[in-house]
Amino acid sequence: MYGSGLRALSIASLAALAAALSLVFFYAPLDADQGFVQKIFYLHVPLAIVTLGGFVAGGVLAIRHLRTGDRSWDLRSYVAIHLSIVFGVAVLITGAIWAKASWGHWWVWDEPVLVSFLIVFLLYCTYQPLRFAIDDPDRQARYASVFAIAAGAFVPLNFIAVRLAQAYTHPRVLSQTGGNLPGEMRLTFLVALAAVALLFVTLWKLELTSKNVAAQVKRLRAQLALDSRAGELARPVTAAGARSAPANPAQPAAR
Amino acid sequence: MIRHALTILRKDLTIERRTRESVPAMALFSLTVFILFHFGLDRDSLDGATAAGVLWVTLLLAAVLAVNRLFAAEREQGGIDALLLAPVGPAALFAAKAAALLLYLILLEIVAIPAFALLLLGPSLTSALPELLAVLALADLGLALVGALVGALGAESRVREVVVPLLFLPLAVPVIIAGAAASEPLLAIDGGGGELGRWLALLGLYAIVFGLVSVAVFEFLVED
Repeated sequence: MYGSGLRALSIASLAALAAALSLVFFYAPLDADQGFVQKIFYLHVPLAIVTLGGFVAGGVLAIRHLRTGDRSWDLRSYVAIHLSIVFGVAVLITGAIWAKASWGHWWVWDEPVLVSFLIVFLLYCTYQPLRFAIDDPDRQARYASVFAIAAGAFVPLNFIAVRLAQAYTHPRVLSQTGGNLPGEMRLTFLVALAAVALLFVTLWKLELTSKNVAAQVKRLRAQLALDSRAGELARPVTAAGARSAPANPAQPAAR
Repeated sequence: MIRHALTILRKDLTIERRTRESVPAMALFSLTVFILFHFGLDRDSLDGATAAGVLWVTLLLAAVLAVNRLFAAEREQGGIDALLLAPVGPAALFAAKAAALLLYLILLEIVAIPAFALLLLGPSLTSALPELLAVLALADLGLALVGALVGALGAESRVREVVVPLLFLPLAVPVIIAGAAASEPLLAIDGGGGELGRWLALLGLYAIVFGLVSVAVFEFLVED
């Protein structure tokens, strides 16, 4: 019930990833400027888009949590943000590799997207410390949701600010991403984007399932412990004191 | 609502006047940071981009102190329960806290800006002062709104002193971008120029966005 559709999703994302990778290596043309290195673009940019999408989705899910008061939405928001942080590490690493290969530096400050991404990433890194430093689970969920909404609103604002700061010193053409890609590259890019997005959704559902199952196991364990204690209390009456030895905790569970 | 906000604001200002927990600490802290920059950069006088950077970084770091203390009375002495019992809406509480922080920031700048001009700034400040004050006023508004939200977010946390700067400083990046870029030509030796309007617009947008977001979500930080 929790994991329904997980198998189909996994197979779909595996197939999409395989298709994307084979397109990247065998179909997409080599970049005239950068050669083979440019192919990391098909990994880096989809990862970045999916990460930012995940952050914003975390904010939207958090709004639903605060609207409905249903904590399962908070769990969804938490998992989306958590996964986005993991994807964000991959974005920063692939971005640094690409920057080193094509510009000669691991980090360049005059690339607005890179800088904005780092700021957003650092902000979201505080999500978990904030969340787990609050003890009361209900309040923890509410505070985490407030953070997710404020940070989600901050993402576009921050991109505008950093973009303005760059345009101030380096006038640049704004429409460089996607707009002027040749056909084969665009197709490969779109397939890679879909594959990474599918991977994100699959992992999201997987973690959600695992968390739900773990919570249910915990619930059942508690129930079990309760039942076994109730069984022990009831025993002298039903068994008329025939068995006085401490009961095997596993036995009363089979009710 | 405005009456409630004013009442809470008056309470906060009375506490501040009697305990002097925030503003003197912020002012002292800013002077210390100027000294740190003097030795760290090994420069006797600054101008242009360096001056703007030092000034804004110092102001932001000093603001963190006030954000940390903003909900101290509510948290440590259970004042939040009393506020929740009183017929005061969350919007009034938020407005009062943001206004208190705004006042603290203005008081900080009344000390820190002349001290900065005296200790570190090379070019004279007098000609650029009106523009600088406009930039500071809008930036303070944005910082006060974000600071009130972050202060409330961190208030319930066990590691508040860690979480507050880690949340507040990245959120303040647009403010430092706009503030530093706008004041860079104002603090330059030849002075003037720059695109003040664009940065004021960015600061205004920042204040509006975070004002709206904060008002929308603040009630969830103080309920129960």
